[in-house]
Amino acid sequence: MSTNNLKSMGLAVVGTLILLMIPSILTQYYVYLLATIFTTALLATSLNLVLGYGGLLHLHHGVFFGVGAYTVAIVMTKTTWPFAVAVLLAPLVAALIAFVIGWFCVRLRGLYFGMLTLALGQLVWAIVYRWNALTDGDNGIHAVPVPEFLTSVNSVYYTTLMVLIVSLVILYLITKSPFGLTLLATRDNPVRSESVGINVKRHRLTAFVIAGFFAGIAGVLFVLVERSVAPSLLFWNKSAEILIMCLMGGLTAFMGPALGAAILVFLSMIVGLYTEYWLLVLGLLLLILVLFLPQGILGYLMDNFRKNRSMRGEN
Amino acid sequence: MHFATLASQLFIGLSRGMIFFIVSAGLTLIFGVLRITNFAHGVLYMLGAFIAFSISTLFGQGPYGFWLALLVAPIAVMLISLVIERGLLRFIYNRDHLLQMLLTYSLVLIAGDLVKIIWGTEFKSMDIPGVLRGSFDLWGASLPLYNVFLLIVGPVVALGLWLFLSKTHLGKICRATATDREMVDILGINSTRVFAMVFALGGWLAGLGGALIAPTTTISMGMDANIIIYAFLIVVIGGLGNVWGALISSIIMGIGEAFGILFIPGIAIIIPYIIAGVLLIVKPSGLLKSAW
Repeated sequence: MSTNNLKSMGLAVVGTLILLMIPSILTQYYVYLLATIFTTALLATSLNLVLGYGGLLHLHHGVFFGVGAYTVAIVMTKTTWPFAVAVLLAPLVAALIAFVIGWFCVRLRGLYFGMLTLALGQLVWAIVYRWNALTDGDNGIHAVPVPEFLTSVNSVYYTTLMVLIVSLVILYLITKSPFGLTLLATRDNPVRSESVGINVKRHRLTAFVIAGFFAGIAGVLFVLVERSVAPSLLFWNKSAEILIMCLMGGLTAFMGPALGAAILVFLSMIVGLYTEYWLLVLGLLLLILVLFLPQGILGYLMDNFRKNRSMRGEN
Repeated sequence: MHFATLASQLFIGLSRGMIFFIVSAGLTLIFGVLRITNFAHGVLYMLGAFIAFSISTLFGQGPYGFWLALLVAPIAVMLISLVIERGLLRFIYNRDHLLQMLLTYSLVLIAGDLVKIIWGTEFKSMDIPGVLRGSFDLWGASLPLYNVFLLIVGPVVALGLWLFLSKTHLGKICRATATDREMVDILGINSTRVFAMVFALGGWLAGLGGALIAPTTTISMGMDANIIIYAFLIVVIGGLGNVWGALISSIIMGIGEAFGILFIPGIAIIIPYIIAGVLLIVKPSGLLKSAW
């Protein structure tokens, strides 16, 4: 057990060292691409707290990401408040919106839950799309000013990397906390959980708000990387993309969604070099995934690992 | 605000509701019987419009082209649906919602690019045939004839569905499958065939909706993304699997949207989502009894 821990600690340290050295090895484009991957990985991991751990069919997580990004963009372009306020406000506003939407949604189950997230999420999209005075409507907000020290690609890279690592550690600790374990119980057997005195709705709502908070942080990172926001961030097909990432990596593995995000962002770049039909490729990929690898890549590997171990009798 | 303006807007909303109904009736049938969340339903609607456009163009956009398109396009979409059901969907009936949803979503992605490859990206439009052009006056309100046509087709489809579901043997099996699939299986009925048929029927309805909307709008990529969300909301508000619930909520949505455009044009786009949100919060189980 302890050697295993040491091993994975060592792996993490080596991985971190490599990631730290990357800007001096790769070209600026790849550094930018990695920053995008970090942002997306955080977004996908935050969704999985609700989707994988909470077992809730959350169909419109992109909304909180978009709200976080828009909060930064609006504060930086329409007010004289400092950057720090924008950064602190973004996840809080995202969490607040998540609280309002979640408050209604957790009363429903299954597909109805999913449909209400979709309806209310699209409502937020429509408001952002139409509220010209605040959001500049369908033009979006471009050239969002950020402080001097965050203008180079390398500094954005290190910032997104750091925020991602810290956020993942916190999210991981949450999944292992009593709250996280209770959340798993409400997923696996809501009726039983309720009868032993767990407030299922409150746990689900809390998970929803935490997920919204971290999606808001991912939104901040997005603005750092792209310096612009557009209403398409909040449209439902963006959220579908996040769901695909979670499925691809595996819902049952903590790092699954992050892996899925990395693969999809990287693939879309590679495929984009050769053809304009990225969505066709993504569709075919998704089709194969659903039919032949429904547990996701990490999920599949973990299943195999467990099987092998139990075959060798090391249990 | 004149009475005439209100009346004509009500009328426009009703006819829009008919399109919503035709599309979402197919979706709700599929929901109820197959228990599948079919994101590809919007694609089938879009295909209906594109195929109708091609047929109509083949006949020089003349009146024959329109009627032929209205007849053939839905059947073509029905055949495509049949291929989808037999080739893909039947392998995932026992999986969870998310996987089913994402499988149908993969079809959305694939079909989107295929439509781009086959039809190109430029906007397309289709002519309304002469007989249905123009408008007529009713108490001072001017009503486009094509909308009158939609107002006739909608109830005809509803009546047809009612006759099918309540009077025919097959329809009764459909309803039974929606209510209690296990019992239907125990009775020795081949539910596989029922599934294929219902999905094909749903596809036919989506194709019909697309063919009907084609002459009134620009036919473009992405027309599936908007209708599918509306259709989902309508189906859920009406009660999953309940065709009559879908009819009621389609009319509510259509009229709500039309009056939204009249009174608050700037933010009319948010009206359907508000209606859906409020109804789902007030009556989460749907307006009418769900088939589930």
